[in-house]
Amino acid sequence: MKDTMGIIFTYKNDEALKSLTQKRAVASIPYGGRYRIVDFALSNLVNSGVTKVGIITRNNYQSLMDHLGTGKEWDLSRKRDGLYILPPFSQVEDYGAANYRGRMEAMNNAGTFIRRSTSEYVIMSDADCICNLTFDEALEFHKQKKADITLFYKKGSYGQQAYADSCFLDVDDDGHVTDVTINPAVGRINLSMGQVIISKSLLESLVQECVSHNLYSFKRDVLQRKLHDLKIYGYEYKGYYARIDSVAAYYQANMDLLNESLRMELFYKGNQIFTKIRDEVPTLYRNSSDVRNSLLADGCVIEGTVENSILFRGVRVRKGAKISNSIIMQDCEIQANTQLNYVISDKDVVIRENRKLFGFELFPMVLAKGSVV
Amino acid sequence: MRSKKDCVAMLLAGGQGSRLGVLTKKVAKPAIPFSGKYRIIDFTLSNCINSGIDTVGVLTQYQPLELNAYIGNGQPWDLDRNDGGVAILPPYVRGKEGEWYKGTANAIYQNMQFIERYDPEYVVILSGDHIYKMDYSEMIRFHKEKKAACTIAVLNVSLEEASRFGIMNTYEDNRIYEFEEKPAHPKSTKASMGVYVFSWDKLRFYLTKDEENPTSSNDFGKDIIPAMVEGDESVYAYEFDGYWKDVGTIESLWEANMELLEEDSPINLHDPSWRIYARNPNEPPHYAADGAVIKKSMVTEGTQIYGTVEHSVIFYGGYVGKDAIVRDSIVLPGARVEEGAVVEYSIIGQDSIISRNAAVGQRKEECPKGAIAVVGDELVVGEGVAVEAGEMLDANRIND
Repeated sequence: MKDTMGIIFTYKNDEALKSLTQKRAVASIPYGGRYRIVDFALSNLVNSGVTKVGIITRNNYQSLMDHLGTGKEWDLSRKRDGLYILPPFSQVEDYGAANYRGRMEAMNNAGTFIRRSTSEYVIMSDADCICNLTFDEALEFHKQKKADITLFYKKGSYGQQAYADSCFLDVDDDGHVTDVTINPAVGRINLSMGQVIISKSLLESLVQECVSHNLYSFKRDVLQRKLHDLKIYGYEYKGYYARIDSVAAYYQANMDLLNESLRMELFYKGNQIFTKIRDEVPTLYRNSSDVRNSLLADGCVIEGTVENSILFRGVRVRKGAKISNSIIMQDCEIQANTQLNYVISDKDVVIRENRKLFGFELFPMVLAKGSVV
Repeated sequence: MRSKKDCVAMLLAGGQGSRLGVLTKKVAKPAIPFSGKYRIIDFTLSNCINSGIDTVGVLTQYQPLELNAYIGNGQPWDLDRNDGGVAILPPYVRGKEGEWYKGTANAIYQNMQFIERYDPEYVVILSGDHIYKMDYSEMIRFHKEKKAACTIAVLNVSLEEASRFGIMNTYEDNRIYEFEEKPAHPKSTKASMGVYVFSWDKLRFYLTKDEENPTSSNDFGKDIIPAMVEGDESVYAYEFDGYWKDVGTIESLWEANMELLEEDSPINLHDPSWRIYARNPNEPPHYAADGAVIKKSMVTEGTQIYGTVEHSVIFYGGYVGKDAIVRDSIVLPGARVEEGAVVEYSIIGQDSIISRNAAVGQRKEECPKGAIAVVGDELVVGEGVAVEAGEMLDANRIND
């Protein structure tokens, strides 16, 4: 897809994730043993043949920049095109640099990046979703329907608490979007996933129009306000999709990887998900190890028991330690005779000998980065 | 202008490693997978960069495709440099002539132009088929202190082993007065590790002289070093007391892999100050299923384990099915051991498949020492088929 560029928005839901987003944006939360959430949005674009990707950031983006680097791991370190990180940039005095109010303002900030591209289409994507997809078929759909905007949606029966700030679509048999609702009380079926296909020229004129009217929201000021002026289509995605907008959703999306068919879908059957590499040693199991139904990245040393859990790179599990139903991030040390159940432990946490920590399935205990318990 | 380098390393990676049988059918010995995710050459390349040597010529000849692709632009070892970095040096044609590398010394002789580009003071000659961690900069410092023409790294071996190595006989100050290749009655136990530091002007002189001698075998150990000792050059032995292993045979390759499973492993791969770098496969974390039993083993990303793995090394992208047993074995990248299959005291080649209920090898305790079964790369051992201990398989065995 030479004629398509990508834009990834990385700044959603930062507050709902507690200490996980204390020092990072949602996009750079570690996920699934060795990934960051943004790896999925980025790999999906790369796997679709997109070679020009802009990453729009707002705050706490240092860890994200560290993760993305030059974009080499996604094959986006290029002479032509490649990866562009777009931190806040103030052109107008009306709003502070770090405080654009919505997507349309953010894209106005990134105007030069968009204008300079020779692409015909733009794919916009949220960085807070876990799915392994490509855009080829949807772009065909977009062209065939002569759509102005195509929105990915996922059918489901979503409860009142489904997702924070979520957008639902009413779609007719032809795929035409007849209504767009934000956090509706009833009738939640077609959840808008946050992937959008639009032509570059239309996007640029919409950005101009919004900014000149002091409007800023893509959902409210474009999708809702222009529902009848534009041809907006919905494209149904049938694969696995999870959105990370709360600690519970984060926990569940990790645990989903222990389900064989979901794991196959995300990692083995489809395209590769790329991430920043770390030179690690393979994981070592000692004689006293006992590991069941768990996902373990490289660099761990296992002497204790691990069940129904996800261990990131470089975790040490000492003798007599028992980890159940937990997510243990990079370089944590779980010392002898400890017990952890329903715990999400951020990077570099040390659990001292004989400690017992228990969370609850719907309310896992979150330990902040670098804590010593 | 290209800047002058203090030191250039030349890494000999052209060896076939014929004693490794089917494992080197398609790849040169330095490209053989080792310890879960590495290749043998990673140790030498990582030693170079960790020692501050950023210009490395890799001399290839035998089955270079895999090795060339693996090294690529050298980025995994931080050797992708504007000035220096890694360069692959295959034999090439000059004018109307051209020839294969006749020996280790001839390989360097044919690439003198490469060395001269950097106008170095010192040249380090290395070999790409040993497992060890060594700081070459210490050795170069020793070489400078002694104002030596050549310094040879030596390892103290036992007297019995000594007749398998090139042995250095030295004075008390480590100056070498005699070099003996595989002596029947060794006078010393200082064995050459195949790591040399030369002052470039001296090396150039002796390489040129050696090339003029039509009867020479153009080998460092057999020709260049003895000529320098006889020429009364100051040739010194540099004693190395760390772990060093030549993985030239199936048994030593197996042993070296297994030694890294011990708690007091001789090489600390976790040492952040001396990382061993490798080209990383992009694989998801490995999965250990309900019912998996994994003891004293190494498991790499991308692998899925449903059965039993004991005292084994499972490389990336592997698969061990339900009720399958892998014991005292090495399973190379992408190989599958399917449901109910039993793999004992074996090495399973890359992307090979051991089908359901097949049996490869025999329990280590029950078969003679070194009777390791080897299944070559990309083979299929059929359902229920047995491969005997010590057997080396290099064609598909679907039915017995």
